[in-house]
Amino acid sequence: MLNLLLSRLATAIPSVLGVIVVTFLLTRLLPGDPAAYFAGLAATPQAVAEIRAKLGLDKSLPEQFLVYVQDLLSGNLGTSLTTGQPVTADILTRLPASAELTLLALFLAAAIAIPLGVLAAVKQGSWIDHLCRIVTTAGVSLPVFFTGLLFAYVFYYLLQIAPAPTGRLDAFLTPPPHRTGFYLIDSLLVRNTEAFWGALAQLALPAASMAIFSLAPLARMTRGSMLSVLGGDFIRTARASGLAPRTVIFTYAFRNAVLPVITVLGMVFSFLLGANVLVETVFAWPGIGLYAVNALLTSDYAPVQGFVLTMAVLYITLNLAIDLLYGLVDPRVRLDA
Amino acid sequence: MSALLRHARYVLSGNPVTALAFGLFGLLLFAAIFGSAIAPYDPLATEAARALKPPSAAHWFGTDQLGRDIFSRVLVATRLDLTIAFASVILAFLLGALSGVAAGYFGGWTERIVGRIADTIMAFPLFVLAMGIVAALGNNVTNIVIATAIINYPLYVRVARAEANIRRDAGFVEAARLSGNGEARVLLGHILPNIMPIMMVQMSLTMGYAILNAAGLSFIGLGVKPPHPEWGIMVAEGANFIQSGEWWIALFPGATLMLAVFCFNLLGDGLRDIVDPRQRT
Amino acid sequence: MTAAPALKVENLSVEFRTRAGVVRVLEAVDLEVGKGETVALVGESGSGKSVTAFATMGILDPAGRVTSGSAMFGGADLLALPERELAELRGRELSMIFQNPRTALNPIRRVGQQIADVLVRHGGATRAQAPQAAIEMLRRVRIPDPERRARAYPFELSGGMCQRVMIAIALACRPSLLIADEPTTGLDVTTQAVIMDLIGELARESGMATVFITHDLALAAEYCDRIVVMHAGHIVESAPSAQLFAGARHPYTARLLAATPGETDSLQGLQSIPGNLPDLRRTDLPACRYSERCERRKPECVSPLALAKVGERHLVACRFPL
Repeated sequence: MLNLLLSRLATAIPSVLGVIVVTFLLTRLLPGDPAAYFAGLAATPQAVAEIRAKLGLDKSLPEQFLVYVQDLLSGNLGTSLTTGQPVTADILTRLPASAELTLLALFLAAAIAIPLGVLAAVKQGSWIDHLCRIVTTAGVSLPVFFTGLLFAYVFYYLLQIAPAPTGRLDAFLTPPPHRTGFYLIDSLLVRNTEAFWGALAQLALPAASMAIFSLAPLARMTRGSMLSVLGGDFIRTARASGLAPRTVIFTYAFRNAVLPVITVLGMVFSFLLGANVLVETVFAWPGIGLYAVNALLTSDYAPVQGFVLTMAVLYITLNLAIDLLYGLVDPRVRLDA
Repeated sequence: MSALLRHARYVLSGNPVTALAFGLFGLLLFAAIFGSAIAPYDPLATEAARALKPPSAAHWFGTDQLGRDIFSRVLVATRLDLTIAFASVILAFLLGALSGVAAGYFGGWTERIVGRIADTIMAFPLFVLAMGIVAALGNNVTNIVIATAIINYPLYVRVARAEANIRRDAGFVEAARLSGNGEARVLLGHILPNIMPIMMVQMSLTMGYAILNAAGLSFIGLGVKPPHPEWGIMVAEGANFIQSGEWWIALFPGATLMLAVFCFNLLGDGLRDIVDPRQRT
Repeated sequence: MTAAPALKVENLSVEFRTRAGVVRVLEAVDLEVGKGETVALVGESGSGKSVTAFATMGILDPAGRVTSGSAMFGGADLLALPERELAELRGRELSMIFQNPRTALNPIRRVGQQIADVLVRHGGATRAQAPQAAIEMLRRVRIPDPERRARAYPFELSGGMCQRVMIAIALACRPSLLIADEPTTGLDVTTQAVIMDLIGELARESGMATVFITHDLALAAEYCDRIVVMHAGHIVESAPSAQLFAGARHPYTARLLAATPGETDSLQGLQSIPGNLPDLRRTDLPACRYSERCERRKPECVSPLALAKVGERHLVACRFPL
């Protein structure tokens, strides 16, 4: 297992390097004078020159790159013009909000998609199979910001069973003390059920909109992979040995079928992290997506760059975790490494 | 070719959903071409007196906060949304197919460099990368097209490289090489045409994603500038009125967007059934 | 054979529904296997040997359907039993092993566990005893160092080892009937003989009846008491091995024998069988499905015929036997 971890870490390194180079290049591609861009719209020529020197833009590209990497290593992503705070601090305070939302959405998506895909494959051609087909084709077609708005309209405005789509917690409730930054967990740690239900009510609609969007690839892959495994030779052996249907479907078929589903999780995370930005915008969710969008609109570039880099590093880490999970399930990968 | 057509007819007759998708596609194309000509109102004309009116016989989709006719705006927006998506898909295809085929055919350094570029793009969550690219290159429609093309690029490379790799040593390629064709000719004249069907499927499948991506970018305020009609930005405008119950402003452009993406996804699946029946799910 | 047979299949017909139409894969198949007897089921690929076995075991693909017939086994009709009761019998009273052992085992489960699963399911061992019982089974199929091998995954074992594991799974609960579907396909020649010897030995030890499905007549003759020949979903001939080799009465069997390389034959002596299996989707198939390939065909061959006795324990379905 340690070998697997090391070999996977080794393959992640070029990705991280690539990401650093690309984010560096993105700042150098800024149209016009980057210094003027960083200085903001109302800057005097003198201020622009100052910033140019401060940013090191008068140096050569390789030198600038070295400075950039040094800054990254010391955790310095620059300063946000809008909040006046270091971008690293801004992102760290907002990250738990985004992570809680994204992970809950993933959990919801997997909890619906995987049983749906398994049932659709086991009862091929039944109504549940057709339902699966509709869900998978319709799910990927739903613009996540549109689903979010529809949900807000139906559940908040029409039915009035959901709280106002603004933020993580109703203004009348106090957030639980910061432990993990996840309101659901923190509120349970101090046994504040009111805050727990309040946070859950706020999370429900945005998480559901994201889940619907990311459910499709999971359900599709589960169904397809289950079907191909169920047609496999070793399933026939299991049936010929009289093993109970439960054992055949779960212990034999599903554990094999779940392998390609784990691979698809990478793509699902790519979807989710993108959808996160849109959903946070719709629900005024105080996470890093909304932070980046606000920065974009005010041409505050450092937070955007920090955001892209954070998301990419998160994504690479998640993919690494997925690879390790795969190794846990599949002995062939584990022993090959 | 006639066998392919026959197979297409067989698939379509057995698959009314794909036929429906083709119909929907025709409708979208019609709206994109004749949208401005047949729109009942000027999509930019504001009139305070008829602001925020729900759907009626005069205004099928209602009016927005400035009194503009939403039906006309949705109709006219079709051209812009489809153009962005088509342009980015064609750009991604040109870049991806050519470099992918070269990578698969030549192998070695070409393959390593192309593969590394594709992998680096794939290391980002794609929508986030598109945001970063548009922010860096500048906030306009051309850059939306470029960003969308870039994030779709790895998908084309992957398919083109794999297909070219399989065909590199195929009989017909060998024959073309032996009859004195140069490498470039073999590549462009013999391998590329052979992978066109599968690339068409890929294009159709990525169309839906491209539309979704472009609309998402304009939803967060990148690319298209108001008052220009575009589906994503119209949904964003309508978002401000959802909490006060004016649902129609966001619903109609959003639903049209959804229908367009749905259409291209179905079309892609249908085309795949025609081109590659083994992949049927 | 005067005692009740281990398995008696009568009038078995199976259809497959495909996109291209209904395929009548088996038609009125009769097959009897005596207690402790070893019977070979022989024929070209597509002749319906495996389908006969799958239908009997109740593990046909969803597209396949039994349209008529019975399969009496230990006083019960396997074809009429509800799936729950049939599943109780499978793996305990009647077992099956397959070709390509490497893909026929669960790739991500330790082989010891796969044997234990069957033991636990059929009450052959408790959950606590099962791992040890699995190791005992591995020892019985002559796997060296069974303690270590029980913890291996199929991809860590050779094809021959995997087939031994398959045999261990099939025989774990000491069934009275074993169906071996081309158990040596995908193995190298030396391993083939070892596996066949092992199956034969274990069958003799426990008095187990064996149906051995193969396309290899020579192999069948070497290991089986009796040979049953199938062609296009029909049984065309059935006789004790020696008798069949000495005097085949069906033209198809004769052709098969001529196509089998023996020790003295030269390559010139080998003959191929003319024509292909008929398309089983046709609705106008003649009663004798071989007649269209048969050089002795007469006009009467299209009218109905049944297996007829032509000698002591020798049955043939041909109007004009050799």
